[in-house]
Amino acid sequence: MVRMKWPAIGYVRATSLEDLWTAQAAHGGSAQVLAGGQTLLATLAFRLSDPKVLIDITRIAALRGIGAQGGVLRIGALTRHAELGRDPLVRQHAPLLAEAVPLIAHPAIRNRGTIGGSLAYADPAAELPACVVALGATIVLASARGERRVAAEDFFTGLLQTALEPGEIIAAVELPSATAATRCAIVEVARRSGDYAMAGLAACLSLDAAGTVAAPRLVFFGVGSGPVLAAKAGAALAGRVLDHAAIGAAQMALAEDLDPPADMHGPPEMKRHLARVLTQRALGRFLPASEIAA
Amino acid sequence: MSARVDITLTVNGERVTRSVEARRHLIDFLRLDLGLTGSHAGCEHGVCGACTVRVDGEIVRGCLVLAASLDGAEVTTIEGLTDTGEVADLQDAFVARNAAQCGFCSPGMVMAAADILRHHPGASREEIREHLSGNYCRCTGYQAIVDAVEQTLKSRQEAAR
Repeated sequence: MVRMKWPAIGYVRATSLEDLWTAQAAHGGSAQVLAGGQTLLATLAFRLSDPKVLIDITRIAALRGIGAQGGVLRIGALTRHAELGRDPLVRQHAPLLAEAVPLIAHPAIRNRGTIGGSLAYADPAAELPACVVALGATIVLASARGERRVAAEDFFTGLLQTALEPGEIIAAVELPSATAATRCAIVEVARRSGDYAMAGLAACLSLDAAGTVAAPRLVFFGVGSGPVLAAKAGAALAGRVLDHAAIGAAQMALAEDLDPPADMHGPPEMKRHLARVLTQRALGRFLPASEIAA
Repeated sequence: MSARVDITLTVNGERVTRSVEARRHLIDFLRLDLGLTGSHAGCEHGVCGACTVRVDGEIVRGCLVLAASLDGAEVTTIEGLTDTGEVADLQDAFVARNAAQCGFCSPGMVMAAADILRHHPGASREEIREHLSGNYCRCTGYQAIVDAVEQTLKSRQEAAR
């Protein structure tokens, strides 16, 4: 790929949602929304995208902020990765997201990139799309037509494809608060720190006092066209006491859940292998001390 | 919409007003419009870190920020950081350890390392490497760079005792 200076573009700064709808109405499909810009601006350098106008939404206050109310954590779309990583409410209600942040690119990029941008771009190897699916999040979408809510697992529809309609943006992400029984982990394998993962896993489940698994959600990234919710592996865990045998059953079930494409990192079988390894690494953390010693 | 955008911002403590092309990224703005050539344009797609500068106090990739979006922002480049003396000891350590070989990555490296000194004063060698993992040195002089940061952290810890 040849990299060059950015193409000639126009720039509009929207300071409210009304501003944004007006600008979109004026420029239609030739306009592209600019948030943190950490993906979009790089694609401009490769001329992979060719918007005529960038509409800068970073000063729209309604898209900012993190709040917890009634068992729901709401994260504004403009929340930067670095903010996500240090926010006390995120740490308390969705620690998986805080754990994911150090895996995303590098500090300078985390200071700029936003959760809304990451989800809207929907890179199949990105951490946050997998996390929000694992957490059973709801994506709040806004447009001049109003607001609607889409379950995270229905939001990602294909390679770099989402349920976003023309003129629509991500306004926020809503997540159910973690309880004392919640166990979540994110693990990945990357060649170099900060690279997109060759394969990764965001896993969430509940464990009761007896160690029985409920509501397991194993979501793999870097092994498909988007985040992959491993339903069979989940079924293999649900209702079972979490032990080595249960983890082994989940690993076996992955054969039916995953159909990874070959990519620059290697063939499908390598990805399947990495997925099994990651399953052990993530779920192994939730084993009781007696099981780990065994 | 406009192809040119008027911005007023603070660069290294000085108020600056310019009309910039919408397509201008921060590093070209600094280098070509303001003559501040300390920040380097390397890969220009967010991979190499040679363009690391501070915007509103936090490090960013200068090549992945639109100048037009920075109205009201506060930008600090390697020139400004040097003038304040904030990292004089780190820069001395870079010289003493021969951590600047060809020098192309050095401004971005120092900006990123300054971030460690400020936010992670107790960083281990492993954490230093992790924090600098987004800054490439094509001379591959990483050991000397990590040595310089580690030595600066140690010296500051000892001085604080």
